[in-house]
Amino acid sequence: MREFKHKDLLGIGQLSIEDIELILDTAESLKLISSRDIKKVPTLRGKSVVHFFYEPSTRTRTSFEVAAKRLSADTVSLSVSTSSMAKGETLIDTVRNIQAMNPDLIVLRHSSSGAPHLVAREVSASVINAGDGINEHPTQALLDLFTIREHKGRIRGLKVAIIGDISHSRVARSNIIGLTKMGAEVTVSGPPTMMPMGIEAFGVEAMPDPLEAVRGKDVIMVLRIQLERQSKTIFPSVREYAGFFGLDARLVEMAKKDVIVMHPGPINRGVEISPDVADGPYSVILNQVSNGVAVRMALLYLLIGGTRSVDLD
Amino acid sequence: MSIWIKGGDLVDPERGVIEQSDLIVERGIIAKILPRGTFRDAGPRLRVIDASGKHVVPGLVDMHVHLREPGEEYKETIATGAKAGVVGGYTSLACMPNTIPPNDCSSVTEFILRQAQKAGLARVYPIGAITVGQKGDVLTEFGDMKKAGAVGVSEDGYSVANSELMRRAMEYARFHNLTVICHCEDTRLSAGGSMHEGVVSTRIGLPGIPSASEEIMVFREIALARLTGTPVHIAHVSTEGSVNLIRRAREDGLPVTCETAPHYFHLDHNAVIGYDTRFKVNPPLRTSADVEAIKRGLSEGVIDVIATDHAPHSPMEKDLEFDRAACGMIGLETALPLTLALVKEGVFGMAEALRRLSYNPSKILGIPGGVLRVGGLADLSVIDAEMEYAMKEEDFHSKSKNSPFIGMPLRGRNDLTMIGGKIVWQRDTAHIDR
Repeated sequence: MREFKHKDLLGIGQLSIEDIELILDTAESLKLISSRDIKKVPTLRGKSVVHFFYEPSTRTRTSFEVAAKRLSADTVSLSVSTSSMAKGETLIDTVRNIQAMNPDLIVLRHSSSGAPHLVAREVSASVINAGDGINEHPTQALLDLFTIREHKGRIRGLKVAIIGDISHSRVARSNIIGLTKMGAEVTVSGPPTMMPMGIEAFGVEAMPDPLEAVRGKDVIMVLRIQLERQSKTIFPSVREYAGFFGLDARLVEMAKKDVIVMHPGPINRGVEISPDVADGPYSVILNQVSNGVAVRMALLYLLIGGTRSVDLD
Repeated sequence: MSIWIKGGDLVDPERGVIEQSDLIVERGIIAKILPRGTFRDAGPRLRVIDASGKHVVPGLVDMHVHLREPGEEYKETIATGAKAGVVGGYTSLACMPNTIPPNDCSSVTEFILRQAQKAGLARVYPIGAITVGQKGDVLTEFGDMKKAGAVGVSEDGYSVANSELMRRAMEYARFHNLTVICHCEDTRLSAGGSMHEGVVSTRIGLPGIPSASEEIMVFREIALARLTGTPVHIAHVSTEGSVNLIRRAREDGLPVTCETAPHYFHLDHNAVIGYDTRFKVNPPLRTSADVEAIKRGLSEGVIDVIATDHAPHSPMEKDLEFDRAACGMIGLETALPLTLALVKEGVFGMAEALRRLSYNPSKILGIPGGVLRVGGLADLSVIDAEMEYAMKEEDFHSKSKNSPFIGMPLRGRNDLTMIGGKIVWQRDTAHIDR
């Protein structure tokens, strides 16, 4: 019996290779539920899940909601505008109040790196990090790993390029940790203003020129350019970024013939990815979204579905 | 009444020696220093302090503390900060001006001194702000604050971004004989950061503060010291680059002094993994190479002073998301053992350690203290350098408990503090009063 011995999912770093394989395998079997006529099983009946989103999110939040409902959990949604945090309550006070209502799991999205770690220390409910600041977005990385494995049959030995703002991307950080852990070779690319100090320590290759970075790759992962950051000094203009780093057909040509193109969404068409690539035959962007539900169902099941081992970490 | 401090090892940082001597204190003054065993006159009016096995040292002088009064009395008051100081072995504290309102005029300076007098514990020396409201626009009335009792000026907590204004501040401070203390930070470069920028910030996804944001300003202050001829003191040095810049400036004969704090030679940025906000401080904890460079700077004497940058914060500022939490840690009650650890490590000798904890800061601020000599003020501490223990939260006398050293094995502590011949605090369990 394979066991998932974690109270929380705060980051990919805490997971072993076996843990990741267990999550992906579980997701694979749960994925079938979403293609049935009646897309609901009673597995988490009587369990309650709080979705606490301190930052705007459409995809991730909906994905978690759908995942919880397909497993019959009761869900409550809190966002910053509806919570007392808008009234000046601290995060710790808010989650102590949530904890007092005894939920089984809290899904937290927060603009501060480390916020889920703070919350996890405070509550007995399980905590899933749904994205914290520029730190991690572990469920995104897991659904990306799932999508890669689904298309390529494996992860080990694959060559993956990640293009974009590596410094400020929690998706990049989680994927780098997850992909290298699972034996993929990762190349990161982007202007030096978007490259964090000491990125090589993650065991990845930094290659600023995207043309070189995508050469011979099995997977190209494009990161969303946060247009709201434009006022800062990271890049001069969207136009120039798109010209040098936007993934277009010319760049995709350099990769392997059976390359898959991924994007965590929401996409800025014509900025980090050209419309023809986003909608083209190599794109698995919508598969990522479908798989997101399966992976989140797997995590809910493994964390609060009763198979959790007594001796938690 | 006279006090006989008997049997201790007397540390004199001025001459750099440790001698087996007894002290006789009369009317607030050190009346006699005698070789051990030569004093016999034990009359009934003589109080005896048994310092055998202990060190008798000049009272420690902390030239960089935040006492939070006026304005944030829930974090610390001048009385509680002074209490924490005397328990930690300090007889003098220089308090930074970033209170609410800031110490930017003589009435605030006078208020601080009045509160210190009421507390009747450590001597408190106010540092005035450089600009009105610490807003970086208009110079404060240095002369007025000096007359009220300020010993230096600093914009601590902020940097004076305008180089022309900083130049004028240095020139003007020289006229009033005020020490200029520089908080070095290019705040545009450090903006948004909450820890040192390096492999750890990359790993745990926290926005970084590069070493360069400190070093750029250290270089500017050195250049302005060269231009104006005014002595400048660089606060809380944390990087190898800063130490190298200051070493070069000293080799060029420039009047530049500097300080560091115990957390910069005991902790590095790895401590932040886990997002514990007790380790959030400005400047941030740097790399292990920086820690080694700080120790080298202390050993060579490039770093003149060990100050605490004692920065009390309540859970309201600390029990928050890391990027929202306040910077700073308390230090008055742990600086002595953390400095003595460097003696054990061989970074410097006991007398050199005391030089950085008392003699040098006194000289830089131009205040009494830092010496034990006949006819001098009896400001001293009796320390047990071998005592091993760990601090618990409830052991601190500071109103705030934000110490990263809670639970850490420590060695060496203060047992008695005397200010102007008066014993202001002694440890009950030390049994030194006979």
